[in-house]
Amino acid sequence: MNELKLELKEKIIEQLNLEEFTVTDIDDDDALFGDGLGLDSIDALELIVMLDKDYGIQLTDPKEGKEVFQSITVLANYIAEHRTK
Amino acid sequence: MKGCYIHSAVSISAQDSFDAKSFDFKILENTVEKATAIHPNYRDFIPPAASRRMATGVKMGVTAAKRALQLANLEQPDAIITGSGMGCIEDTEKFLNSIIANNEEFLTPTPFIQSTHNTVGAQIALGLKCKAYNNTFVHGSLSFESALIDAKQLFQENEAQNILVGGVEELGKEFVDYVLMMETSSNQGIKVPFGEGASFFVLSSEPKLGAVNIHDIETISLASENDIIERMKVFLSNNNLTSEKVDAIIFGNNGDSFDSYYNNLASTLFEENTQLQYKNISGEFYTVSAFGLFMATKILEEQKIPSAMLIKNSFKKPLKNILLYNQFKGRNHSFMLISK
Repeated sequence: MNELKLELKEKIIEQLNLEEFTVTDIDDDDALFGDGLGLDSIDALELIVMLDKDYGIQLTDPKEGKEVFQSITVLANYIAEHRTK
Repeated sequence: MKGCYIHSAVSISAQDSFDAKSFDFKILENTVEKATAIHPNYRDFIPPAASRRMATGVKMGVTAAKRALQLANLEQPDAIITGSGMGCIEDTEKFLNSIIANNEEFLTPTPFIQSTHNTVGAQIALGLKCKAYNNTFVHGSLSFESALIDAKQLFQENEAQNILVGGVEELGKEFVDYVLMMETSSNQGIKVPFGEGASFFVLSSEPKLGAVNIHDIETISLASENDIIERMKVFLSNNNLTSEKVDAIIFGNNGDSFDSYYNNLASTLFEENTQLQYKNISGEFYTVSAFGLFMATKILEEQKIPSAMLIKNSFKKPLKNILLYNQFKGRNHSFMLISK
């Protein structure tokens, strides 16, 4: 699980061009949106594409996305449970 | 005819032109195929949250525009007009390559959103929260000139008093290599490196002490070398000038076979004039004439000419006016006349 969390942090920093961040700056339970990392709706689209492309998970319900993207811990748990690749 | 005064001029280019302190610009090595810009510290001008999605051209354009506004002590322009021949080619390449690599699936939104030609103008407006007239001209090597003509027309119609005008181009990573391949396959191709940059100007219909005035601009799509001589005579006559009264002429030589257009003018109408060039220090790109105008403005302001720009004949002070002539591959000719 820790490996997956580290992998997610690296992917988020790279794909969302978070130039100011390193993996150590992101705590597992930090909020990804709002006051935490400060991601926005375009980032949400990027994350949805990443889930589909890298883990074979298709999010179709916007409410589901809101829950899944709460934090690295929640996202990692969801991926571990639903991944098809 | 209303004036069109340059209240500030800023350029990010392959030279250290952003602060433009030394004015000691070097000729680019001909062995270098691509001349990347010397980038200022963008963090001083763009918040990190905004800059993380910006490609090179957007960062250069937004920064040059902000600096130009600062130098002109202007918070909100009445219009933002941008010229770009290739637009945001970096993100266009990223988006198109992603379509191919992922078999038209898994397309992310950011490169697509940022790949349009008007991204720079839009990002400048967003940063300023400016809802004024905003237009981007995409006319190949006349993109910047088209933006200038639009600005002059807005002044003429009393639609604006202060306008932010600029030209932006980024090298990108792939498309430029195909163009280079074609150019280097022929010994008649472009010899200066391919370049990139952003030059922005705050133009005003109001005169300011010592400000350079853009008197006139003319663009011609297609013309023979002899047509250009005739059109130049008419252009000068329309501005109550003869070639002898032009203090310096700046040509857009890039080393290709179409330099004959410049050589023809240089050996006929302007044989005795101070002859200058600039693409040997900036590289060639669609909106490089904006860098040419930046250099011409600085030359009039400083009354100095970088030695790298001199082709023929020394110059006498005071330099009161400068004529610029540019063309690309025998098409898209432009004349610009500025004076101080």
